[in-house]
Amino acid sequence: MNRQRLSLWWFIGTLLFALLSMLVPLPAPLEPFKPYWLALVLLYWALESEDRVSLGLAFLLGLGADLFDGVLLGEQALRLTALVFIALRFRSRLRFFPMWQQTLAVLALLLNDRILLLVVRVLSGSPVPPASWWISPFVGAALWPFLFLLLDDLRARLRIQ
Amino acid sequence: MARSRDESSPLFAGNAAGTLRLISYLALAMVLMVLDHRNGWLWRVRYAASAVVEPVYRLANLPGAGMRTLTVAFADRKLLTEQNQRLREDLLLANARLNRMAAVAEQNQRLKELLDTQHSLELNVQLARVVGVDLGAWQQRLVINLGARDGVKPGQPVIDAHGVIGQVVEVLPTTAVVMLVTDPAHAIPVVVERSGLRTVAYGARDGSGMVLPNIPLAADVRPGDKLLTSGLGGRFPPGFPVGKVESVGLGASGMFRAAQVQPAADIDRSEDVLLLHDQAEPAGPPTPAAPSGPPTGLAPAPGAAAGGMPAAAASAGNPPSAPTPARTAGTAPAPAGGAR
Repeated sequence: MNRQRLSLWWFIGTLLFALLSMLVPLPAPLEPFKPYWLALVLLYWALESEDRVSLGLAFLLGLGADLFDGVLLGEQALRLTALVFIALRFRSRLRFFPMWQQTLAVLALLLNDRILLLVVRVLSGSPVPPASWWISPFVGAALWPFLFLLLDDLRARLRIQ
Repeated sequence: MARSRDESSPLFAGNAAGTLRLISYLALAMVLMVLDHRNGWLWRVRYAASAVVEPVYRLANLPGAGMRTLTVAFADRKLLTEQNQRLREDLLLANARLNRMAAVAEQNQRLKELLDTQHSLELNVQLARVVGVDLGAWQQRLVINLGARDGVKPGQPVIDAHGVIGQVVEVLPTTAVVMLVTDPAHAIPVVVERSGLRTVAYGARDGSGMVLPNIPLAADVRPGDKLLTSGLGGRFPPGFPVGKVESVGLGASGMFRAAQVQPAADIDRSEDVLLLHDQAEPAGPPTPAAPSGPPTGLAPAPGAAAGGMPAAAASAGNPPSAPTPARTAGTAPAPAGGAR
């Protein structure tokens, strides 16, 4: 019982931490390299414990992120819902991919996310962002193996589901 | 770990229920986006949720603030001494200039009193700190640590030591969001200091600075020209530096010339900013002075007023007996017009 509660808190904690790290500013030259932490952590949980991650959770998390960013209510909710849907759909295959293949899949997911964002932005009348805007998914994919191993290792150490 | 596959994670094909749920969530998100885009009520939700949002902003600010503290704590003693020395020299220079300006300002004040103009050179400002929060990539916005409780209102200009930074767009109870002059949605009326040409500076669409998209072909604008706020439009008080023209070229349409402008303010590096409190003079023509013409008794009342007021003329019957009521009717609107 206690272990279960701990694992639930661990789950919530990592997601909140990811939400917060989206808000922490980086030095200006590093700004385009900022990965979409929230998507990465949510993806990890979608692959590792699907019974906790659902489309509704992704939607609510995205709404929370929109509330903090103050951009357009529903933008990240849309992106995260689409992301989690694809991840859950191909979960069984993604889980047993070797790491490099999984990384490529994550890259594809993050690029898809950027394209969605671009569509939303352009439809809402914002200018088309510069080329450096496309760096972020690659940084996210490059960080994926480390994030995955780190979270997996921590979970094993804490002996939680 | 071996787990038996269950219905919820099929290996290949998905189930229709999942797709349906996806579609409904996506539709909900789109409805939210459209509503928000049309009405902008996200800020009302945000204001209500500020009890949660603001502490999170403070929390997100901690790493940046910690880094600054660490930089100071571990900074070289020599470096600090040098910095201190430089600041002291700057202060000395600034004070010397101020002392010289004081006499000029006083003279200016006297002259202005003679000319009977209202605005003064004094600044009513409030110091605000920038809260280090990243509001999404390519958002040309800042969060400052003053809000509605400190009397901040939307539309207040924000400046730093070098020039205009932007204006307050949204106010939460203890924080406020500032739109920078480099935001593509921002426009600021400017005047070229050298030639007096008035134009409007917009944020560049790629977020790199500002642009003057419509300078007449014959106008005199050169690289290196300084831009000041012109005070037109009534939002920014006149005379604050806005930026410097970097390059001038032919615009996309070929009908105008366009200039790239480097903002004067340290937009990326400012930690402390100033909020201007005295709003500029309201837009529009000045209120007309009280009528000080000849006394109304001398006005050519009956004949002239009859055309303008058919009702009065119709009720008056015969013209010779009309003067008294017509005159009072004719003078009554004048004070009302003056007060408007």
